[in-house]
Amino acid sequence: MIVMVGLPARGKTYISKKLTRYLNWIGVTTKVFNVGQYRRDATRSYNSFEFFRPDNAEAMKIRKACAIAALKDVCDYFTREQGQVVVFDATNTTLERREVILGFAKENGYKVFFVESICDDPEIIAQNIKQVKLSSPDYKDCDKEEAVADFLKRIECYKLNYIPLDDNKDRSLSYIKIFNVGSRYLVNRVQDHIQSRIVYYLMNIHVTPRSIYLSRHGESELNLVGRIGGDSGLSPRGAKFASALGAYMRGQSISDLKVWTSHMKRTIQTAEALGVPYEQWKALNEIDAGVCEDMTYEEIQENYPEEFALRDQDKYRYRYPKGESYEDLVQRLEPVIMELERQENVLVICHQAVMRCLLAFFLDKTARELPYLKCPLHTVLKLTPVAYGCKVELVFLNVEAVNTHRDKPENVDVDREPAEALETVPDHI
Amino acid sequence: MMRGCSRTRLTQNQGTAVCMTNCPTLIVTVGLPARGKTYISKKLTRYLNWIGVPTREFNVGQYRREFVKIYKSFEFFRPDNEEGLKIRRQCASAALNDVRQYLTEEGGQVAVFDATNTTRERRETIVQFAEQNGFKVFFVESVCEDPDVIQENIVQVKLGSPDYTNCNTDEAVEDFLKRIKCYENSYETLDEVLDRDLSYIKIMDVGQRFLVNRVLDHIQSRIVYYLMNIHITPRSIYLCRHGESELNVNGRIGGDSGLTPRGKAFGKKLSQFIQTQGISDLKVWTSQMKRTIQTAEALDVPYEQWKVLNEIDAGVCEEMMYEEIQDHYPLEFALRDQDKYRYRYPKGESYEDLVQRLEPVIMELERQENVLVVCHQAVMRCLLAYFLDKTAEELPYLKCPLHTVLKLTPVAYGCKVESISLNVDAVNTHRERPENVEVSRMSKEALLTVPAHQ
Repeated sequence: MIVMVGLPARGKTYISKKLTRYLNWIGVTTKVFNVGQYRRDATRSYNSFEFFRPDNAEAMKIRKACAIAALKDVCDYFTREQGQVVVFDATNTTLERREVILGFAKENGYKVFFVESICDDPEIIAQNIKQVKLSSPDYKDCDKEEAVADFLKRIECYKLNYIPLDDNKDRSLSYIKIFNVGSRYLVNRVQDHIQSRIVYYLMNIHVTPRSIYLSRHGESELNLVGRIGGDSGLSPRGAKFASALGAYMRGQSISDLKVWTSHMKRTIQTAEALGVPYEQWKALNEIDAGVCEDMTYEEIQENYPEEFALRDQDKYRYRYPKGESYEDLVQRLEPVIMELERQENVLVICHQAVMRCLLAFFLDKTARELPYLKCPLHTVLKLTPVAYGCKVELVFLNVEAVNTHRDKPENVDVDREPAEALETVPDHI
Repeated sequence: MMRGCSRTRLTQNQGTAVCMTNCPTLIVTVGLPARGKTYISKKLTRYLNWIGVPTREFNVGQYRREFVKIYKSFEFFRPDNEEGLKIRRQCASAALNDVRQYLTEEGGQVAVFDATNTTRERRETIVQFAEQNGFKVFFVESVCEDPDVIQENIVQVKLGSPDYTNCNTDEAVEDFLKRIKCYENSYETLDEVLDRDLSYIKIMDVGQRFLVNRVLDHIQSRIVYYLMNIHITPRSIYLCRHGESELNVNGRIGGDSGLTPRGKAFGKKLSQFIQTQGISDLKVWTSQMKRTIQTAEALDVPYEQWKVLNEIDAGVCEEMMYEEIQDHYPLEFALRDQDKYRYRYPKGESYEDLVQRLEPVIMELERQENVLVVCHQAVMRCLLAYFLDKTAEELPYLKCPLHTVLKLTPVAYGCKVESISLNVDAVNTHRERPENVEVSRMSKEALLTVPAHQ
């Protein structure tokens, strides 16, 4: 159980959602339980900060009941839904509340890791309120100034009884304290691998505004003839795309843009056209199709009809003989994601399967959806973090290209007809 | 670049003198004597070099020993010993000079400046030095008040120090404790407020707690992650290869074959060996290839499969004999002999790639305690090179014979290795670097060092 601690508007929900998204992507089933959500469901409509006054006994009862209800659902998630990690997102600012949680965890045999966010920079808090509180259901009928004033009073209600994690009294607990959006951290008693990964992740994320550009290489010779994998160069249209990409990126006027490619010719050739320094990552290489490298889908159907069907049955976990699966890809892309979190403006020139994995991370797509995400050639996806998620802009650079997206066919049985298997294969030479 | 296999392609020089991510890093240790600074320095240096970041440590105590030649007593370190202070300052300067040379002229990327650096004044000098030279500074402070830990440190690494070669244990311990006292009065720990603009990690009580401030870049973030994962709990790491496989016997590389009868016999012997070691809570890891899994099965204990422990991918040469490789790809074969570490099989991997994919294994090995890793020849060479601090040149030629377990036990600043052959015969799979590595060589010269096989 990851237990958030902190006053309102300290980024707890931001951290909760981001961490959950990361853990799910690397294959650790995780879910957020936001107690504020339970409160909204229980009270039907929000009146004012008065609800949060520490002397409001009626409200206190409701709030405690909400926390208990959330904890019960946590239990269900762990036992019935096979969840591995829960993020318990609430202020948890009193010793008493944290004791309740620790007791609950002990009873059920859960490990607890606290994540406390401490921030006294009024600008950051104001920015938080603007980004995520004004649009909250609590304030949908208020004007901006009213909402801000009310929310600040709400924070004051919590401040009275806020007891941060104490370096002495809480020294037997496992926790990380994040100060001022990551300029300083205090880490105590990391117990195991997953806590160590969580700490590493939390220490690498930031909130500086920036954009991440994802794109595939320009159309390649093998793309044109419907062959997968391989290491071919760009087609004439692909080269045209590379120039267009250069023009587009220049138009974005980004200071200090980093450009990353794989080690394969087609991404390198694309980057070359940009005329700026770029870094090659082997980890960005396209998924290894093993024995099916350089084949057309028709050839795969002819030579490996069973494998072809198995792949359609579970495209995420299926591993090409002597090759890789999407699941393997995610594991090898994890360092790329970690470095993307650390960086600011980055353009990643990669491949279809790779781009699907990266996109799934940013847009919180499931393992089922991931292998079917649409990542067409000659289209740049501009991702800009906003509020609790990511804004996506699709920018097609007006250079025609072959379609390489094969949808899941209706019939995925091993005994299907070739025609059924090849139904969704996109056109090619 | 630090990721080991990515290359930055530079076009025009931007012309700025601003400190970019590629500027060298100076890691500066801070702490009283016997707080593990040298242990951390050496370990960190070993790790960074292994992942491909040229790193060197500079131990100021070493400079002092070379200058002063004979250590008399703790009196040298008394804060009122003018002569001593002068020498110590000179040694620090000399060391910093060598740091500058290493980072600017010798291609070093990280230098670890290992000294007590317990005063703010000394640290300020270092920060200025770094600024003048365009180095980033990252402090690593070790704070520990546990007398048991300090005692253990003294026993493990101080008693064997050249300073105390002519002392008996009790004298040495007594003198060293007085030495620590000399530093205590002037010790200014990194302060959350006064030092808030510095980049540092403060390690408290041997990794119980950490304070991390202003991590500036990727390498600092990796260093922090590493330091937060290491521990000093005594344990052993057992490395071995799978039992002899069918392809081994035929002199073929790669592939995914099963064990030979002798290979299976090794599995049984391995099981017996592990039992005699009497280890509580042993973790067993294998790759996802048949031969390691079959070997682990014989142990009859739970084991975890890691895809990243799979043998090096020989690409187009998979399942070939060396004779066939020479026949079909004589050029590639020669290129490999020229630079076995960096050479990448067509559609395959290099040792350099292997190291990168094994890094999470190393990180997890650091976190764990007793572990048995059942893997493959090239993989084992990479892991062994990490523990024994072997260079990229040596790594691909490390001897990792079949049916032999290497037991690694951390001790003092390094690793004790015990090589245990389990007395089950196996084919030899170790091919030495031949004399002639020229592309123009004769087949015979290329195949000179190929081990015998069926």
